[in-house]
Amino acid sequence: MPRTEFSPSIASRPVYAGLTSQGATPAIMLADAEGAEALIDLAGQDASVMDRAHLIYIPAGAPHGPRLAALGARLYHEAPSFAACLERYRQALAEAHMGSQLYLAGTEGLIGQATAEALAAGLPADAIHTEHRGSVARRMQCVHCKGVTENVTTDPFICAHCGLTLFVRDHFSRRLGAFQGVCVDAETPGIVPPAQEIKP
Amino acid sequence: MTIRFNDETFRGDYTYHNSPEAIRRFPFPFDQDSYMYSVNIEPHAGGRAGSPFEKRFDVDEHYVSEMKDRAITLAEDPMRCQSLPHMDLAGWDFLELVMTSKAEDYPELFELHRDGDRWHWINKPMGIEQRFTFLDTTTLPCGPLEYITRQTQGDHALLDQREGNLWMDAGMITSQADWSLDFDIGMNFFEWHAPVPKAHEMGVFQRALKFLLNLQQGAPVRRLNWTMTVNPRLDTSPENYHKWGPEKRTITPETVGSKQYLRVELQTLWRLPRSNAIAFPIRCYLLSLEDLVSVPKWGRRLHRVLRDLPDELAEYKGFAVNRPTIVAYLAQFDDGEPTSPGIFPD
Repeated sequence: MPRTEFSPSIASRPVYAGLTSQGATPAIMLADAEGAEALIDLAGQDASVMDRAHLIYIPAGAPHGPRLAALGARLYHEAPSFAACLERYRQALAEAHMGSQLYLAGTEGLIGQATAEALAAGLPADAIHTEHRGSVARRMQCVHCKGVTENVTTDPFICAHCGLTLFVRDHFSRRLGAFQGVCVDAETPGIVPPAQEIKP
Repeated sequence: MTIRFNDETFRGDYTYHNSPEAIRRFPFPFDQDSYMYSVNIEPHAGGRAGSPFEKRFDVDEHYVSEMKDRAITLAEDPMRCQSLPHMDLAGWDFLELVMTSKAEDYPELFELHRDGDRWHWINKPMGIEQRFTFLDTTTLPCGPLEYITRQTQGDHALLDQREGNLWMDAGMITSQADWSLDFDIGMNFFEWHAPVPKAHEMGVFQRALKFLLNLQQGAPVRRLNWTMTVNPRLDTSPENYHKWGPEKRTITPETVGSKQYLRVELQTLWRLPRSNAIAFPIRCYLLSLEDLVSVPKWGRRLHRVLRDLPDELAEYKGFAVNRPTIVAYLAQFDDGEPTSPGIFPD
């Protein structure tokens, strides 16, 4: 699956510039599902980028694990979910030295959460490299109850926490790693437009 | 000067009201018969006597009731006041600015006695007396930003300056025009303004940021912004949108004069001395259309502004659905006569 091209949007919406090798520096790499192919392409540009890399992969049903494992990363780890590898990822961020690079690839939910963790850990923004691949599902925070609903693919959608029907905004918080969902029928309770697939 | 403080509510039975004096001093935001975004910044160095521009932090007849409304909002949702850990010093800077300004500008209402870092603050309208040690948060009942903004009308954001940008890293936001501090905290200047249509393309935010990065201590600036609100409600937050949203659909030709309010924000910006942060108070003034048209110039002008406003702006400001009713109401008060320059009544 090729890199996702998103349509132009507002200034808070993240843009994913694509991965380019920063050389054989210490690196943390984190990918989910189709994001694996971005790392495979990255290693294809410059095999040495893997020499000092700690690579964490969340397959989410995708078949790319064996090819990733064969890229020669210093450490390779497969995790069943972001939550499952969060402490490992945090430790890697905490131990990162000046000049360490972070490569994130895959869905917006993963890139958003992983970026938020990295910024909170003090990694400079220009050391974070991102590429979107795969599902355009979004991670949405309900502005009303503050609960986060993962993998939202339609607009509007039902908040998994409070049950309100929310429309999908492009407004994005890097601190939360989430887009904002706002009640779609606040002014006219019960009048809800038909749900549409979210487009890139 | 004495102020009679209104006993009034900003929710439920909505007993909020403006006295004739408050109507005359309302900060009408349109200096001509049309509106488009602009940076429209001027020095906040006093203004016409009796106007809300005269004092550094305007205190008016709504002060005490407004602070009660803030306390209600905070009790329901304490996350309306947040401060990232590095913003404590900016909070103290702002507390100092407000206390010294109010004690000098309204000596009959506020007193500040300082003996080194031992301070004694008296707020007579709210019946508060507090002795504390400046810069020692353990000597206040809460953080410095929360403490002083529970006693200061308007929302307040504190903006950190770094990397050639401003970052909204602290705030007390309980009377916002539909934006969430909890969501926007930590964003830079372009990110938190991202949802505003048109202005980015016009270069408004680039110019405003460039100006603000060079804001100097002792030279605060101000601008006016506006929107329309149904009922005199301060808490038009996105958090509670599903609760107040239905009220927006209660506007009829019969109710529009009394229920539709022009909401004006007097925004001021202050460089803070120790933290180098910028304090950004956003003071909200509400005036019903029926009170507004008692000033003939304002009735004529608001009719022309709202009639000719681009659809996108009416949509963004959230009153597109009521615009035809509002414009039809205001048309009765527009006889087509020319209006005088400037914002003040004739």
